[in-house]
Formats: sequence, structure tokens, C-alpha cells
Amino acid sequence: MSKHWPVVALGVALLVGLALPLATGAAPPGFYIEVLLGGLMSGVLYSLVALGFALIFKASGVFNFAQGAMVLFAALSVARIAEHVPLWLAIVLATVIMTALAWVIERFVLRPLVNQEGVALLMATLGVTYFLDGFGQTVWGSDIYKIDLGIAKEPVLILDKVFQGGILVNKEDFVAAAVAAGLVAGLTLFFQKTATGRALRAVADDHQAAQSIGIPLNRIWVIIWSVAGFVALVAGVIWGSQLGVQFSLSQVALKALPVVILGGFTSIAGAIVGGLIIGVGEKMAEVFLGPVLVKAFDLAGGGIENWFAYVLALLFLLVRPEGLFGEKHIDRV
Amino acid sequence: MLYRENGQFKSTYASDQQMLPILQDRVLMAALLAFAFLVVPAVTSEYVFLSLLIPFLILTLAAIGLNLLVGYCGQISIGHAAFMAVGAYAAYNLVLRVPQLNFLVVLVLAGLIAALAGALFGIPSLRIKGLYLAVATLAAQFFMDWLFARVKWFTNYAHSGSVSTAPIQLFGWTVESPAEKYLFLLSLLVVFTLLAKNLVRGHIGREWMAMRDMDVAAEVIGIRPVYAKLTAFAVSAFYCGVAGALWGFVYLGSWEPLAFNLSLSLNLLFMIIIGGMGSLLGSFFGAAFIVALPILLDQVPLWLGVPIPTATASHLASMIFGALIVFFLIVEPLGLARLWAIGKEKLRLWPFPH
Amino acid sequence: MQGAAGSEAGAPPMSEGARRVGEVILAVEGVSLSFGGVKALTNVSFDVREHEVRAIIGPNGAGKSSMLNVINGVYHPQQGKIRYLGREFRDMDSHEVAQSGIARTFQSLALFKGMTVLDNIMAGRNLKMRTNMLLQALRIGPALREELEHREAVERIIDFLEIQAYRKVPVGRLPYGLQKRVDLARALAMEPRMLLLDEPMAGMNMEEKQDMCRFILDVNDQFGTTIVLIEHDMGVVMDISDRVVVLDYGKKIGDGTPGEIRANQAVIDAYLGVSH
Repeated sequence: MSKHWPVVALGVALLVGLALPLATGAAPPGFYIEVLLGGLMSGVLYSLVALGFALIFKASGVFNFAQGAMVLFAALSVARIAEHVPLWLAIVLATVIMTALAWVIERFVLRPLVNQEGVALLMATLGVTYFLDGFGQTVWGSDIYKIDLGIAKEPVLILDKVFQGGILVNKEDFVAAAVAAGLVAGLTLFFQKTATGRALRAVADDHQAAQSIGIPLNRIWVIIWSVAGFVALVAGVIWGSQLGVQFSLSQVALKALPVVILGGFTSIAGAIVGGLIIGVGEKMAEVFLGPVLVKAFDLAGGGIENWFAYVLALLFLLVRPEGLFGEKHIDRV
Repeated sequence: MLYRENGQFKSTYASDQQMLPILQDRVLMAALLAFAFLVVPAVTSEYVFLSLLIPFLILTLAAIGLNLLVGYCGQISIGHAAFMAVGAYAAYNLVLRVPQLNFLVVLVLAGLIAALAGALFGIPSLRIKGLYLAVATLAAQFFMDWLFARVKWFTNYAHSGSVSTAPIQLFGWTVESPAEKYLFLLSLLVVFTLLAKNLVRGHIGREWMAMRDMDVAAEVIGIRPVYAKLTAFAVSAFYCGVAGALWGFVYLGSWEPLAFNLSLSLNLLFMIIIGGMGSLLGSFFGAAFIVALPILLDQVPLWLGVPIPTATASHLASMIFGALIVFFLIVEPLGLARLWAIGKEKLRLWPFPH
Repeated sequence: MQGAAGSEAGAPPMSEGARRVGEVILAVEGVSLSFGGVKALTNVSFDVREHEVRAIIGPNGAGKSSMLNVINGVYHPQQGKIRYLGREFRDMDSHEVAQSGIARTFQSLALFKGMTVLDNIMAGRNLKMRTNMLLQALRIGPALREELEHREAVERIIDFLEIQAYRKVPVGRLPYGLQKRVDLARALAMEPRMLLLDEPMAGMNMEEKQDMCRFILDVNDQFGTTIVLIEHDMGVVMDISDRVVVLDYGKKIGDGTPGEIRANQAVIDAYLGVSH
């Protein structure tokens, strides 16, 4: 117990911070729940992006900085193709494109760099980010595009008998959450039940051992990057339908980094839980903590959201670097 | 044939350990410095000063700073522009509130303040490394972005959040024209490069490199990891702080907090990857490359008679950038500096093939 | 002269050509170390006297390297303690251990691949170099003097180990035997009171082994450095050590002079793989 006190302290601090606005009556319960739901929803989106990170890291030990750019690229592809064909076909075609992209990345970036250390691969994915950003905008254009999922966009008022004023919720958000849940369930089934899934888990455990039993590393990597690409596509479609497909999408996806830190780089469950924590924490901090800070320090506006996730990740790194669900690293000398 | 060490024997350790032990190198360096100080100001156009040379000099200084941390000490940072911001705002506030200070003193103080920030944000490196540390440095980046945008004191309660500076006054001389700015920056860069070279040659440099190459072994021979890592962060931030102050005062003139955003941090990182990590010369190469590339991409289509709209040009620049990063990492992870070193080796053998 | 396995006598008998072996400077007391579920060391105790050459031997996986790592501060044992020069420690960091005069080489070389031979050995002098950074940056006065002084000391070690020709070569380019010598040189540069050598002769041919033996004995003779060495070559062990500790599966099964150990049935059984 004594060894875990920093984590426990951090957890308690977070819970207290979470409960405070409600306890002090600073926020009417209805509004509080709205903010909470909003946080959960953005958390779901972060989770989807983080899921892609975790998948790739799990299977190839590579930290894919380009995940955000992949989300944007996928969303752009869907948006632009959907201008000419029905949405479902656009999604299928975009999936094909993302698979092709996975193949290209594996062949020209991963394979030549396979012997270098993690930092070199990280920087290579940074290079891929820049390339994808430029390429995506050259091919698909740099305006803001729309993705129309056919779901009503007006928020709905619910529970107005229970809470004063009721709670505004977005149907789209629930669809997003449902899709994310379905994706996670599907991926879990894939990993546990299929032969390819087993092979992926073997590779994640130990590259060399997996190779020695005949698993083709290169093909596995293409598969995993394609799956991550598909996850990016789902994230891109959902996010794009809510915010519009624009360049800032890849920047916001950077937020997913703190998510994997909280959750543990190799854990799918961690990506989900971490995403929700970050989403809620961020929203709460912005809405409730922000005004307090602005008043106390005479600040020019809020913007806590921009750094809250990172500082939280930093604190986590100091007390529990492997994240909530990750594996501890033993260094043998 | 020309580039040989024949006959250049060293009879003292001091002469063996000098910076440029080979005579030809010393001659070359002297010629280069003469050219840079005397010839360039006379023949260069204002445009080249403002768009190429001045940013090159300042960014080289920042790249040296980042290289000390990443290339020599092996700690990663993808948020280093945050320290440039600290230096810039520190200098701004010092000039504003203590106007009688000599600008050189302002620069040093700004650097020291940045060094403090660097040591603070370097604390995570004591517990985490590699990718995890990279994310922690992002925290520094985004926090600083927010700090200078929101805490109004830093920008002197400016309505728009931007600050402006007057041209630098130094010992009665106003550094105003592009040629004057160039000479000022060049002198500073020469001095700072010398200091960096000495640090790298000294025992602190060996401590940093030992931590980079194998930190467990470094500890076993008595190197204190805390001291090595925090000094690397501090010195690196010092250099970036000074560079940031110069960037704001000499190059930009006026700036908003977003002038020191993630983009700049990533650019610095690319400079040292392409130029060569762990090499001061590489910092020069990398900065030159990154500064020249967008201009080339702008001009080459014009020369070829195929004008490209600026938006597309910037997208193309991104693509070429990204591709080059990957290319360098694959082909020559030690960057342009290594290619240069290989070239010199070949020159030593010339005209013999091997 | 029976020397029962595992017994711990007060004054050990001297081997032929007894060197000026002194008092106990290092005592390992009841050390147990485990990683996860694996027990690397179980209740190991022995001592080391000043100026002696103490060998640690045992079959593969016996925990010998782990033992050195514990003495060195790289691993912290769950139980037991180390007593060195009167100070008791279990939790000391390896750089503190280094500063109190214990140096070490590694079985799989731990050289700084990005640096030259000279720089690697100079790095060993780091704990003696104290000028502040500003002076180093200016490279004047005390900083410059310090650099040159320590360069001289390092050159003496380079002469001693006969690696003059390779000073400016990046260590990664050297053949294995020379790299091992650089590793030793770096440890010597620390001017340690006690030197821990982890299989210094692994992977060497006959000639290289003889050279290395000579160096080790010279270090012990000329500088009076206490040597604790892990070695597989029984010939070497019997020849140069004063006393030997035998480990097997993390437990101590023998402790005494080479002659005693050679006659110890438990030790013989361990090496022959007889279950015991």
C-alpha cells in the first residue's frame, strides 16, 4: 500500500476535483451532467484515436505519432469520395485506401528502420505525419468538408422532470459511443478468437520468438497498421461528422498521447478508460476550474483544455509510468 | 593530397586536444570567418539577409541547444520551443521593466531564466525516458503556450496578446539594418558555438555522452544521473532561451505567443535529425537546410516557369519534409554532418581511391 | 585443510606467494535477491580482504553477475546487507558506490559506443573532475589544468594496458579483446580501491587471456587494488586467486582457498551436474 501512495493520492485528488462543483453547488445538477456527458463523449473520440496507437504499439513497438494524421486522411477520403458515391461505398473505398497506406508505410518506413531504436521510429512517424498532412491536403484539398451520417443534429432535451431544465444530449454522441463499443468488442473478439489475432498477440509479446515459429512479421505489421487505419477511419468519420473535416483534426488527435500514457501503451482497455478520464477531466477543468483560475489570476480567458491532458499525463508518468493497465518494464543488466 | 596531417606532430596534450588539430582545418576556419564577417555584409542583398541569413543564425543557436540535449545527452524533447518562448518573454519583460540594463546582460539573464525552466521541466527525465519523456516535454510546450497567452502580466496587458520591441541598443550602437543585425548575430553565434564546443570537450560533455550511450554503465563509473540530465536540460534551455530572445527582438520585432508553438519545436528537432545529432556542425547544416528548403520550394517552380499557388507549395513542402526525415533516418541517421565527415575522409585519401 | 563447504572461518590460510592481504574490507551478509518469481541469490554471505584476489565461480546461472550487481548498487537485494569499509548499505545507488571506490567491468561490454577510446577512459576520471561548467565552457585556468592533468593519468593507464595505438578510435570499431581492455582501463581510471571484474577473459584466445591475467595481477601488485573476479576458466582461477567463493543456484556452496575448493565434493558435484 505504501508503495502506491502517489497513485492513490492522484486518484483521490481527481475524484475530489470531480465532485467539487457538485458538492459546492456551483453547478446545477442538470448542467453538471451535461458537462459530464460532453466530457465522456469527447473521451470516446480520444479513445478511438488512442486505440489505434495502442494497437500499433502492442504489435510493433512503434509509437505512431502519425495516428492523428491518419484520422484526418481517412476522414478526408471519406468526405470527398462521399461527394460522388453513397456513404457506405465511400467508407469501403476509404478502407481500401487506408490498407494501401498501411502497406506503403510498412514497406518504406518500418522495414528499413526495423533495427533502430524506438526514438528513431518515433521521429520517422513524425515524418510520416508531415507527409500525410501535405499529401492529404494536396489530393483532397484543404477546405472544411462535411460528413453526413444521416443522424439528426439537433440536441434533444431529456429528463426535464428529474433535473431542472433537463439535460441536452446529442443523438450523434450516443451513436458514436455505440460504434466505439462495437469496435472494441469486435477487436477483442478478433484478437482472442481468430488465428490472425493470435499471431498478432504473439508478435506483440516477442518479435523474435514469433518469427522463429514462422509468423511473417512484415505481413503482420501490414495487417495491424491496416486495422489501426480502419480504427482511424471510424474515429475520423465520427469526429468529422461532428466537427467537420478540417486540418485541426490532426492536431486535436495529439491529445490521444496523454490517453495512452494514462491507460498504458499496450492496453486496449487502457485506451478506453484513459480516453474517458481525459475527456471528462478536460471538460470539467475547462468549465469549472477555468473560471476560478481566470478570476484568481486575472487571466485572459480559459484554454485550460489545451494543457490539462498533458499535465495530467506528466503527473501520471511520474507516479505510474506504465499507466493504469500497462505492463511494467524490467531492465536486466 | 592537400588535406593531410603529414608532419603535424603534437608534442603536448594541450596541442593534441585543441579544437582544430589539423592545420588545413584551421586555415579553412580562418578563411570562413573572414568571409562571413568581411565579405558577406558587403555583397549580400537585404532580402537574403532577412529571409535566409538572420533566421539561419538564430535557429542554429537554438539547434545547438537542442542538440546538446538530444544529440549529446540522449534525452528527447519535442517541446523545446517552449524555452525559446521563455527566453523571449523574459527578455521582453526585462527590457520593459529594467530599461537601463545592457542588452547583452538581458540576453544572459533571459537565458538563465530559460535554463531554470529547462531544469524544472527536465525533472521527469529522471524517471522516464524515450517516448514517455517525449510526451512529458509536450506538456512543457502546451503549458508555456497557454501561460504566455493567458497570464496577462507577461505581455504587459496588451489587448491583442502580442508584444513589440524596439531595435536593440548596444553601447550606443543601434542594431537596425539587416547587415548590422547579421553581424551582431554572427558574433554571438561564434561565441556561443565556442562555449558549446568547450562544454562538449570537457568532462560535462563526456558525462552527457555517457548517459546517452549507456546510462547504467555511466552510473557505475560514478556519474550522477540527476546532475548530468538536469544540466543538459538547463544548458540546452539556456541556448534556446537566448535564441528565443534574439528571434523575437532581432528577427520578428513583434510576436504573439503562437510564434513559439509545436511547429517550431518540431522544426528544431528536424534540424538536428537532418543535420546530425551529436554534432555541432550538424546543427549548422540542419538549420541551413530547414531555412533554405521553403524558399527553394518557392523559387524553383518560378525558375522552371511553373508557378504553384502558395497553399499547394506549403503542402508540397510538408510532403518533402516528411519524406526527407524518413529518408535521412533510413539512409544516414547521423545526418549531413556524417556525410560531411565521410567526405573529409575521402578527401584525405584523394587522389587515391582507398 | 579440509575446508567444509559453506563454512566461514576467521583467518583464511594463505596461498603460495602470499601477497600482503589485509583486513576485511567488504562483507556480504545474508543477501537474498529475487526478480519477480525468480530467486537469483539466497542468503549468500562471504567476505573480501584488502589486496586479495577473490574469485567467484559457479555453473551458469548461479547468480554470480547478480552478486556483483548487488555489491555494485545496480541491484538492491530484498534481504541482507553489504558492509564496505565500515559502512553498511543495501540501497546505495551505483554512482554512490562508485564514488566510494568500487569499480567494475561488465560481462557484455558496457562501453560508450559513441566515444573514442580516450574519451571512454577519460569518462572514468569524471568522478575526480570538479570544475564548474562556466570554467569548462571558457576552458581556462583550473578547467584546462584539470583536463590536462587527467589526460596524463589516463595516458599512464593507456601505456599500462598497451592500447596506445587505439586512442582516437571509436570503441565500436575495435575487436572484442581490445574493447575488453578499454573496459578495464576505464575502471582503472577511477583509481578504485576494489575492482569487480565480470568474466574479464570471456571470449578471448590463449594469448589474450595471458595478457589479461598479467594485467590483473599487475593491477593487484602495483596498485594494491582488491580484485573480485568472476571467471569460468578454472586454470586461471586456481592460478591467480587467493580465495574462492562458489555459487550454485544462488546459494553459496564453497568458500576457501583454491586447494580447498578443488577438493570440495559439493563443488565437484555442482559442476558435473550431479543433483545435490
